[in-house]
Amino acid sequence: MILESNLHPETASFRATVPAGEYFLKVVKAGQTVRILDLEGNQAADTLFYNAHNPTERYSAVDTIREQGNVYLTAGSRLISSEGNLMLDITADTCGRHDTLGGACAAESNTTRYALDKKCMHACRDSWLVAVTEHDELGLSKRDITHNINFFMNVPVTAEGGLTFADGISDAGKYVELKAAMDVLVMISNCPQLNNPCNAYNPTPIEVLLWD
Amino acid sequence: MLHTATPPNPALPLYDDLIPGGSHWSFIIRRGHVLRLIDEEGGANVGMLMYNPANPLERYNMPDTLKNQHTFLLTQGHVLLSDMGRVFASIVHDDLGWHDTVSGTCNRKLVEQRWGRKTYQDARNLYHRNGTHSFLNELAKYGLGKKDLTANLNWFSKVATNDDGDLRFVPGHSRAGASVDLRFEMDTLLVLHTCPHPLNPASDYPRFPLRYQLYKAAPVSDADPCKTSSPEATRAFANNALYHLFEQEA
Ligand SMILES: [Zn+2]
Repeated sequence: MILESNLHPETASFRATVPAGEYFLKVVKAGQTVRILDLEGNQAADTLFYNAHNPTERYSAVDTIREQGNVYLTAGSRLISSEGNLMLDITADTCGRHDTLGGACAAESNTTRYALDKKCMHACRDSWLVAVTEHDELGLSKRDITHNINFFMNVPVTAEGGLTFADGISDAGKYVELKAAMDVLVMISNCPQLNNPCNAYNPTPIEVLLWD
Repeated sequence: MLHTATPPNPALPLYDDLIPGGSHWSFIIRRGHVLRLIDEEGGANVGMLMYNPANPLERYNMPDTLKNQHTFLLTQGHVLLSDMGRVFASIVHDDLGWHDTVSGTCNRKLVEQRWGRKTYQDARNLYHRNGTHSFLNELAKYGLGKKDLTANLNWFSKVATNDDGDLRFVPGHSRAGASVDLRFEMDTLLVLHTCPHPLNPASDYPRFPLRYQLYKAAPVSDADPCKTSSPEATRAFANNALYHLFEQEA
């Protein structure tokens, strides 16, 4: 569902550009709104959310799709934690659909999806692993890297049980906005994937904005 | 549905066991063995998680399994992938054509809301267990916990979607005697429960047992239907071969 936001970038309390291949880590307080902006189009923002006070509670793709009875995310979707609690509401979306089935790229999944010799190419899970090891104080490790949201990715499921990678629904300037229902740690890997045609083999920056 | 060229190993099972409905269990299965899951009465749901016992940080990965094989369902011909690009198990035989891995598992709140609260004090071993606690109970036996819970498999359950992505649980999907055979391609810690599927609309707590049997697997050839089912599966088998390289030399 396309739903535009009333929030203006000039009034944002925080703005950061995240280049492709880098991670973004920030606590968004309950009541704050975070926007992820696709600056140049068809870029994947692979995102994990944790309860900022107890990261053992985290975004759960399976609990979210089951509780909303639908596999896609868009405005109106409620992101549910592994404990069954509401973490964030998607309050605006100019893209229309986001994926939470496809997971993140990893060096190891690059070997199976593309070619065995792709194993040393930078991937989303590497970005997250760098993030958690550089932020030891969070107490996170590979155990905490679980199923995520791929903002701006379109992965349609067919009635026969097929899974396709359609993409191409995002564009420069499209965004998704989420309002936090609890204090959440947001961990984004701005995807460095060079093997997938969805971004024309050209990963690009995203911007993250925050309103109080 | 994909078809395998060889029928399941006809030899007698090495082991045969029945797990009651609404229960949980775990064990390590060695590679080169087939685990046959049998829906003893019809209507079963088997929640399952998989880990590498030598490094439990390697675990079943639902997104990698689905996207590598361009599928939303699991059936004969598919392989179950770890997050390290390797195959835990191949689905070498399936009577049903559809198993779910996207709906997660039932938790305490869901079970109480749908089927009511039944404690051990009330119901003894027929108390209402839920999938999340069952997984955690078994995981704790290996030093694992909440952080290790991930998207699980739901054997014998079908959850389809329409064009809008709306989920639909298909009642009556499985029948008495229906079976699925998993051939293990690496040593695997299996954690399983027989708690209800979280989308099962039944009015009474669904309680269906699982029969499982262990067989010795036939050697896996290069022409194996699971190994050749997709270029992605072939490459995952190559990763397994590398993982077992020193073992094969010994
Ligand atoms: Zn990626």
